[in-house]
Order: sequence, then structure tokens, then C-alpha cells
Amino acid sequence: MTPHLKHRRQFILGSAAAIAGASIPGLGRAQNTAVKLGVVHPMTGPVAYNGQHCRIGTLTAIEDLNARGGIKSLGGIPFQAVTGDSQGRVEVGVSEVERMHNLGVHAYVGCYNSPVTIAATQAASRYGTPFVVDVGASDLIVSRKLENVFRFSPGFGKCVDDGLLALTEINKKANGVAKTVVLVHESGELGTGTIRLLQDKLPRLGFTVLDTIAHDTPTRSFDNVALRIRGMKPDIVMHTGYVNEYMLLARTLQRYKVPAVRYSILGAGFGVKFAKESPDAAAYAMDFNHWYNPLDSRAVDLKKRIESKGFDYVFEVYCAYNAVMLLADAIERSGSLAADKIIQSLSASTWDKHFMPYGPTRFVNGQNEGAAGCGLQVINDEINVVFPDKFAQAAAVFPRPAS
Amino acid sequence: MASATRLKLPLLLALLAAVLLYPWIFTSNYAVNWGMLVLFTAFLGQSWNVSGGFAGQMSFGHAAFFGTGAYAYSILVVSYGINPWLAWLLAMVAGGAMGAMIGFLSFRFGLKGSYFALITLAFAEFLRVMADSVSFTQGGLGILIPLQSGAPMQFEHAWESYYLAAAMCLVAVLIAAGLKYTRFGARLVAIRDNESAAMALGIDIFRQKVLCLTLSGAMAGAGGGFYVSKYLYVDPHIAYNLGRSVEMLLVTMVGGAGTVFGPLWGAAAIGALGELTRSLSQSPGLSLVVYGVILIAIVAFLPGGLTSMLGLLRKRCRHHA
Amino acid sequence: MDFILTAIVNGLLSGAVYVLVAIGLTLIYGVLHIINFAHGSLLMLAMYASFFLWRDLHVDPYLALPVVTVGAFLAGYVLYRAVIGRFSAGKDENILLITLGLSIIAENAALFFFASDTRTVATAYSDAMLEVGPVLLSFPKVVSFFGALVLCMILGLFMRYSDTGRAIRAVAKERLGARLSGIDVDFMYAVSYGIGIACLGAAACLLMPSFYVSPSVGNSFVLVAFTTVVLGGMGSFAGALAGGMLIGVAESVSSAFFGEQLGQIAIPMLFILVLLFRPTGIFRGTQ
Repeated sequence: MTPHLKHRRQFILGSAAAIAGASIPGLGRAQNTAVKLGVVHPMTGPVAYNGQHCRIGTLTAIEDLNARGGIKSLGGIPFQAVTGDSQGRVEVGVSEVERMHNLGVHAYVGCYNSPVTIAATQAASRYGTPFVVDVGASDLIVSRKLENVFRFSPGFGKCVDDGLLALTEINKKANGVAKTVVLVHESGELGTGTIRLLQDKLPRLGFTVLDTIAHDTPTRSFDNVALRIRGMKPDIVMHTGYVNEYMLLARTLQRYKVPAVRYSILGAGFGVKFAKESPDAAAYAMDFNHWYNPLDSRAVDLKKRIESKGFDYVFEVYCAYNAVMLLADAIERSGSLAADKIIQSLSASTWDKHFMPYGPTRFVNGQNEGAAGCGLQVINDEINVVFPDKFAQAAAVFPRPAS
Repeated sequence: MASATRLKLPLLLALLAAVLLYPWIFTSNYAVNWGMLVLFTAFLGQSWNVSGGFAGQMSFGHAAFFGTGAYAYSILVVSYGINPWLAWLLAMVAGGAMGAMIGFLSFRFGLKGSYFALITLAFAEFLRVMADSVSFTQGGLGILIPLQSGAPMQFEHAWESYYLAAAMCLVAVLIAAGLKYTRFGARLVAIRDNESAAMALGIDIFRQKVLCLTLSGAMAGAGGGFYVSKYLYVDPHIAYNLGRSVEMLLVTMVGGAGTVFGPLWGAAAIGALGELTRSLSQSPGLSLVVYGVILIAIVAFLPGGLTSMLGLLRKRCRHHA
Repeated sequence: MDFILTAIVNGLLSGAVYVLVAIGLTLIYGVLHIINFAHGSLLMLAMYASFFLWRDLHVDPYLALPVVTVGAFLAGYVLYRAVIGRFSAGKDENILLITLGLSIIAENAALFFFASDTRTVATAYSDAMLEVGPVLLSFPKVVSFFGALVLCMILGLFMRYSDTGRAIRAVAKERLGARLSGIDVDFMYAVSYGIGIACLGAAACLLMPSFYVSPSVGNSFVLVAFTTVVLGGMGSFAGALAGGMLIGVAESVSSAFFGEQLGQIAIPMLFILVLLFRPTGIFRGTQ
């Protein structure tokens, strides 16, 4: 990416928010002239990349909504984004929620980091303001019976279940040749939560877990881990971690010529960038993660637009995009900006106009039960959906062909 | 000295009034919450001030005490169902115990200056890895305190947290004032200014330093407990990360280490700075760059911290009079 | 047995990386007695320099090493002269806060200008492996191992036999005396800081082929670097070399036995033990 594009990117993150509000005439602080959406993500700090992509997804959705004429049932009022940087810190995220409440936001979207999401949704619950969680893996987020919380994407519990289902089916098609697994995970909420579930379920599905290896974020070197794994000769290596560690481990495993299938559940580094920059390490890697519906042209159109703005088309973008659309639909149906009406509307939502591989929306205790991830694989340097069959673009290549 | 005190009393009362009346003047939850954070940060700063400012033992790992208090509170409330107020008290004790332990080890082996700073850093990191790895802290998953309307220490209104933080800050200021005007404090200052001379005067250096770090740790532990009672969640990063330690020392150094009100000025200044730079630009990173520049400027032009500004003003007034 | 051997060898290789990062730090600490909080961020900036030279000018990181090192020296020198030396008024606490401020500026400026994406360098040899007996070694890591040795040697010789080196040592040992002997102390301080940052420049180029860079990458190395410096003895290059290797091996072996996560405890634990029982380090430093 040229330096020129980088600056355009920074500019867009800031100005899009202004555009979303400023270009509509007569926009004031008065209550019902706009739908004010509080957008809280980490713009700085170690996961700034992810937060920034969540934000661009949100802002693009707002752009599109306003271009279509806003909320018709309320007279065509537009959306207005009120953006904030949580810096990845709990107290800052909560502070932002309070600030946005002061500015009269009607709903929130956020926050990427689970700890911040937990605290922010709680702060919003005191006001009864609806909070749509776009990305946030910890199942603790929806375990608290807070009426205002709605998580659009699947949590790690669901991803693990579906990811294992995918694995067993794919393995079955290959005559059940894969039997042993080594689990690698980052030591935070994402990794620990996911791995506990895996440790519990894998044996019941007939797999043997040879070892579980936890690592810090950040980790400087995976040489020892790769050697250890190589010594154990597992059929599958499952890694749940964040971007840098995922890539580093994948490259290290490749260097040490570990032949095991790479199958991750919520492997944050798996993606287009990884496939492009490390083709050898990425070849035939599999991941069960958030993804868009590849058969829906709207998803592909959005991809082009996002990439032309200088961003990557990662799940943070389209999960956030669709989360805002979900909210817009709920507001449209409720015909009101009152918090309790919006919450009612969201609870009853059966919205299916998303371009995610989800069924119709169905919220149970704040979790969208219609949400699901996809089984993905890098085949010929491209990422293909390989599971479920309904959205599959190619058959899974399993086990890994000898290189 | 006497004239300074005479000048001080009305100012002190004015300050107290300002703090007490703040939520009545700035009524939005946002403003009250901001005020609460400033007071809370000032409280944490004071805990650092006790050992870093008065006794001159600069620690880089005060998160060790904060986090221990936070975990003690969480575990006692969630796993043992203990009344949150009692758990808070025990969190203080836990923080103090950690302070005593780290103090004992560090000072028994004669560590001071940068060595002491680095070992506290190591202890905080050690605790973070431990918290990530053992099961009774739930490891990386963290501990969630169930949200219960009306539960002890879970406040309905922003001003309740605010006044609690204000009370904590007041106690901290009294402790600092106590250090300034009692013999214990004088001993600490003597140790800070010239350890060998202090020893020659018959001060038991080791004992005083350990006591000081225990007090400091207890305060930070109380801070940790308060933090979790407010945000209802703790994990190893929240508890023990370096940023927390840095924040504690930062507000004190900016405000004036070894002074009674330094941490409060520092917390207010940094809180205001955060707000100012945030609204300046939407571009990620730029506002924090400005933050860093202003920080350097404060250190460069007001090396004694903001409190020294008062002294400079006083000198100027006297000069003109 | 094989397993422990590989753990040890890999430990030496990762230790070499720690040495590279720590060597500048030990010089800075040994001479200026400041805890350079900005060390990790400056490493990050040097790594970005190496990355952009590779991406835009197609210069291999190893070939870019001399350029980045010299550039880093100049940057460090100017930084000291313009900011650190000027504003610190000689007080240790101030220098601490200033370097802290610098690290905040560096990290967020990088975020603003370069965005938060992780960048990697892909060279022909990035994934190359060397087989030495039963052990498989990563080629870039072997290069950084020898790079660390060479760097230590060069610095050691420079400090011992060159006039500047001798002046620096004089200033470190006895500032007033050095000044009275006619040595420009401030200049020496700036030069020392520059050399310390130059080491980061070399470290960055050696690291890039096997690692990655992002605005917050510096933080991963800070604590380890400090541990290395203290273990080896402040101001001692041989100490930094031995210390880094020892830490690398300790981390590697403890990971082998206690698992990657708990194995991380080796570093702060080692740090604590050294500080308690032998704070002057393995090789008694300039203290």
C-alpha cells in the first residue's frame, strides 16, 4: 500500500464521521432529527488495527443508510455517528459511553475488546440504551441477562461447536484419518475460553488431545513450540490467538516442516493478508471464523469499496457493517427512538437482509442464535469457504498434501 | 511557615468545597464520572507518592499492589460470597501484605534507586504471568462480578462512586499530610534525602522502608478493590499491566512528588489533558502524540511538578510586593 | 536429551536477539545512568526504517544495516541533544519521564503515519533452515546470533581502544573528573546515547527477516532487555552478551518444562533473583 493511501485512510476514519453528520442540513442537538449512534472501538493501542476496521465498517454502513434515505418510518431522518476511542482500556471505554450518553445517543455499537465490551455494555445498561456488540468473543458478554445487550456475531462457544462440527464432517469425508490434536492458544479471554471448550469437546468427538500449549500476547518466538509440536507428530494443530502470534506460529511451523493440518478456531491472523504475504505458510491452512457470504454480491461490492478506501476486508468490517444494518432495521420497524422500543424491536428481530452466512436473526438472551461462522481454507493462495455446504465455494483439501 | 499556613487554610476549604460541590454543578453522568476518575487516579497517585515521593523509593511496579487488591476483592466476592465492603477491607490488607513482602525482599537485599524500580517492575510482571496461569484467578478468562442492582458497593448513581472516590482521596491527602507533619514521615524524607545520614541518625532504614511500602501497598490495594467494584471485571492485564504502574507514578511526578496535593493536581492536569487532546483530532494516534509532547513540556519547564508552579508564583508575588 | 539440546540451542538463538536489543540499553544505562523508557519504541522505529527500505527501495535488511545503523546514531544523538539532555536538568526522574513521553510520541506517531497493520519482510532466506546435526536452526536467527557476537566485539574494542571510547568510559566512571580533564561531557553523553540507539538500528535489521513490526512491537522487548542489562551488569558488553544468552536459554528450557505460558515466568523470576542476590550482574559492570 502506497504512503498516499495510508494518509487517505487516516483522513477517512476521521472525516467520515463528520460527513455522516455534517452534510445533512438542519442537524442540531434536538432529539429526533437524527439517529445518534455511539461508536466505541480501540483506535489506538495494541489492537488498533482491529478497532479501526470495526469503525470503517460502521461508518460505511451509516453512509449507505443515509444515502438510502435514512429511517423512513421516522420521516427519513439520517444516522449520525458519535465516535470514540476506547484505547483498549476499560475505564476509557466506559468514559466514552458516558460522554456519548451525554450527547444523547440512541444506541451504541462496539467494542472489539471483550473486557471493554463487558464494562461498556454494563454502563449503557444503567440507561437502558441498546448496545449492539459487533465483535467480541467472550461469552461472558451475553451471560449477564442484560436486556440492552445484543451480540450480532457468534461468540466463541458457538464458533467452537460449529468449528468442531465442520472438522468432524471434513475428517469423515477423508475417512477419519485425523485423530490427534495439539492445542495452542493465547493466554487471554479469547484463547483460554476457546481452549477450555475444545479440551472438553474434542475427546467426545473421538479426537485425542496430545498437548495444550498456552502463550503470551505478544510472543517473540515460537521455535520451541514448533519443535515440540513436531516431536509429538499430531495430525492437527489448532491455534487460537491474535494476528501477530498466529502468523508467527504459522510461519514457524512451516519452517520446521511440521506436516500437521493447520486448523484454527477464531485464529485472528488468518485472512487475506496472511494468504498474500506468507503463501507458503498459509497454503491449505484452515480456520473457522467470522466471514461474509461469498455468494452474496453485496458482500463482494462492499469488499471493493472498503479496499479502495485503503482498508482490508476483514471480518471486523462486515460484522460491524451488518450490526449497524441490523440496528437500522430494528429502528425502522419500531418507528421510535425510545430505548425500550428499540430493544423490543431488536429482541423480536428476524432480520435476514445481511450478507453474512447466518440464518435469520434470532436473539436469545442477547445472543443472535442465527449467527454462525464459516470453515475457511487457503487454496491456491485464495481464501475459500469450505463449510457449510450451503455457502461453500470449494471442497476442503484434507488432510494437508505433502509439500 | 506560619504565613503560608494562614494562606493555605482558606484555599484548602475552597478546594474541599469545590470537590464536594462538583457533582451539583456539573450534573451529567459523564462529568461526574470524569471527576470520579480524576479523584480515583489522584488516590492511586497518592499511594505511589507515599513510597515514591516521600521516601524516594521510585517503584515501577505499583500495579502489583493494585492488582493484588483487585483480585482479592474479586475472588472473595465471587468465590466466597463475602460482603463486598468487607472484601474491600481485605483487599486493602492483601495490598499491604504484598507491599510488605516485596518491601521485605527488596530492602533486605539493599536494593535502591533504579534497581528498586526495576525489581518492582519484575514483581508486577511476575504476578501478571502467575495470574494468567493459575486456576483460582480464572487465568486469562478473568473474573466477572455479577451485576446486581442494590448489591453492596454497586452504586445506582454516578455521584455515589464520585463521593466514595472523593472520600478515598481525602483519606489519602490526610495520610500524605500526616507524613509531612509526623515523625514517621520525617524519617522517610530523611531516608530519601540522604540515606547514610539517616542511618547515622539512628533511623532503622529497613524497618521504615518496609512500613512505608506496606502502607503504600495497602492504599493501592484499596484502589484495586474500588476499581473492580466499579467495573465489575478483572483480568491479568487489567490488574498488573505496566500502563497502570506508569499512570500511578505519572500523575504524582507531574503534580509534584513528595507534596501533599501533588497527585491531585497531576491527576486533574492529566485528566484535562486527555479530554483536550481527544477532542483535538479524530485521527488515531495524533491526540496521544500531543499528550506525549505536553508531558515532556511539563517535565522540561516545571521539573518540580505543578506544585512547584505555586512556589514560583508565590516568589513572583513576593518579588512584586 | 535431543529435546533439551534443541531447547538450549534455540535459547541461545533467541538470547542473541535479546543481546542485540540490550546492548544499546546497557551502554546508555552504564554511561548516562538513565532507564531509557524509549528503548522499545526506538527499536520499533528502526524496524520500520528497515521495512520501508525493503518495501520501497528494495534493499535487503542485511544490506540496509549500515544505513539504518548510521541513521539511528544520528537520530539518537539529535534526540539527546535536543530533548533528553536539554530538558532533563540532570535529574534522573525527569529523564525517566521524558523518555516515557518520547515512547508515547514514537508509538503513536508510528500509528498515525504507518497505520496499525503488522508488516513483515519476505526475503529469500526468511524461512531458510540450517541443519546442524540433530538440530534444525532458523537461518535469520543464526545470522542474528553472529551479528550479536560481532556487535559486542566491535563495541568492546571501540570502548577499550578508541579515544572516544575511553572518553565515554571516563565520563561514566567519574563525570566531574572527566570534565576537569577537558572532556566535553555533554557531547560524550549525546554520543553514547547515539551509539546506544545505533545498536538498535543494527538489531532492527537483523530482526526483521524473522519477525514483524507494528507500532506496539517495542513493548515485547522492554522487560527482557532490562533483565539482560541487569543480569549482565550495567555497562558491560560481555555481560550483556552472557546475560542475554543465559536468559534466552533459561526461557527456552523452562518453557520446555513448564509450558510456554508459565515458562514466561522465567524472565521476571530470573530478574528478581539476580537483583536480590547479585545486582551488579555476572560481570561486575562499571558500577
